[in-house]
Amino acid sequence: MSAKMIEVRWHGRGGQGAKTAALLFAEAVLATGKYIQAFPEYGPERMGAPVQSFNRISEDPITIHSGITNPQYVVILDPSLMDCVDVTDGIGTTGKVIVNTTFSAEEIAKQLMVDKSQVYVVNASHIAVETIGKNIPNTPMLGALVKVIGNLDISGVLEDTKTKLTAKFRHKPEVIDGNLASIKRAYDEVQSA
Amino acid sequence: MIKTVYPKGKLVAKTGNEVMAEAMRQIEPDVVAAYPITPATEIVQIFSQFVADGIVKSEYVAVESEHSAMSATIAASAAGARAMTGTSSQGLSLMWEMLYIASGLRLPIVMAEVNRAISAPINIHGDQSDTMGARDAGWIQIYSENSQEAYDNMIQATKIAEKAKLPVLVTTDGFIISHCMEVVETYPDEDVKKFIGEYKPERYLLDVKNPYTLGSIDLQDYYFEHRWQLAQAMRDAKNTILEVAKEFENTFGRKYDMYEKFMMDDAEIAIVVIGSTAGTAKVVIKELREKGIKAGLIKIRVFRPFPAEMIAKDLANVKAVAVMDRSDSCSGTYAPVYSDVVAALYAQGVTGPKVVNYVYGLGGREINTEHIASIYDTLGKIASGAQKAFTEIEYVNVRIK
Repeated sequence: MSAKMIEVRWHGRGGQGAKTAALLFAEAVLATGKYIQAFPEYGPERMGAPVQSFNRISEDPITIHSGITNPQYVVILDPSLMDCVDVTDGIGTTGKVIVNTTFSAEEIAKQLMVDKSQVYVVNASHIAVETIGKNIPNTPMLGALVKVIGNLDISGVLEDTKTKLTAKFRHKPEVIDGNLASIKRAYDEVQSA
Repeated sequence: MIKTVYPKGKLVAKTGNEVMAEAMRQIEPDVVAAYPITPATEIVQIFSQFVADGIVKSEYVAVESEHSAMSATIAASAAGARAMTGTSSQGLSLMWEMLYIASGLRLPIVMAEVNRAISAPINIHGDQSDTMGARDAGWIQIYSENSQEAYDNMIQATKIAEKAKLPVLVTTDGFIISHCMEVVETYPDEDVKKFIGEYKPERYLLDVKNPYTLGSIDLQDYYFEHRWQLAQAMRDAKNTILEVAKEFENTFGRKYDMYEKFMMDDAEIAIVVIGSTAGTAKVVIKELREKGIKAGLIKIRVFRPFPAEMIAKDLANVKAVAVMDRSDSCSGTYAPVYSDVVAALYAQGVTGPKVVNYVYGLGGREINTEHIASIYDTLGKIASGAQKAFTEIEYVNVRIK
């Protein structure tokens, strides 16, 4: 893996949109002019079962097609996964974990047994309920990830997501506004220790 | 910042399956007959949506099995239609009987194929056992490293099939490419349509003014001649494939060949591989080159017809070669790509390189940069004489015993 490549792992439960989040994130990052990959891990496809999906981002063409084992960023859509999945696997001492939770970064760091500098928290479920009207944490977590990665252009991401959602939900404009607002809010509200 | 190669091209984020369906939309064949199967389902699912939405004028035939899918595609093609299908693994296996009929009748059918393991045990993940098993079926086989190649190969395949009068299958590695979203440059519809041109079959069954017989019995008197013609058509197809590649490059700017050579000019050790693993190997080669190790790669794009003479020439000065097969012939000896590469070398009088065979990635088993680096490390030892070249298949990342 080249030093400039960013690798991301998403943890969710079947039906929560971990795969969709990785795809949306990749498309949005492509719109900002970078090379991308997004791929799901395929196991038994059951509602509620732990699932993973992945992203690579790079300034250069991405030719590698193996799995991601040492991600710099891990996004956790469902906090209950921290009890049953090794969500910090391969992140080392520098990888960052972004969790959808009501707990503080310090509390999560303690639970995951990582340094508190590695943890970011945001109440994405709450944001989703308030903005979209449903507990769909994947779009707000996308905003949180953009913030934590740091060198991505949030306005470019919002612009692209708007285009995608407009094409998909042209008869339901409220869905579009809600999703965009959720991304922006999570971008603003994600916190470190 | 990413730029397009073709001035009128458009950068999109699509999976391997989505771009294959996109190519089919642009090609807009007269008939598509298919039966869905993981991991190729999306290709025909997306295409059938194009048909349902009136985006394409193609006739979509939803059949009850892959045997019927290939039969209906053969019938459509024989009738004079531009006909396509898509499948994977067990689906391709069920088409078996009809695959040979498609090529024997010299029908220019194009198939979008997603490489998947063969049962038993049942497994939905990527390996190349399915199409490797069909390597003697008289179909041109074009493999894709990534989604861009899958898209470009589908467009070229249409033209190759119709020029060579042979069926062509284009593959991607199951899940690894079929379900991986990547950046792909697509070309405008009208430019793709112009490139493939209108299909004008020389002879077809619905040409009632010029009736002819297709598929008749052919015994000791002519069968052999017709089979020779099929074999000869496959030999001649090498030139057709290169001509179409040249035309494609002149039109859209992307260069294709029978195989891709990566850092081969001064290579002392080399891997020969097919499909997505080539991309992972390129990452390893760049790292080895920084350390001064002269590593290279040959990525076979067209496996049928097999570019024997050319490969022998390009491997002649390499000291040690690893042929990596993502299928196993269970032949008691070697895997398919290795057998063809070694036969090519020997027939061309190339006896310098030590050539070893690895089988990897069956059933989607992980193959990463560390595995590939370890193969190059072994090749380095074989090249220097520190290790003897092994004569039995070496299996990568598998628990034996």
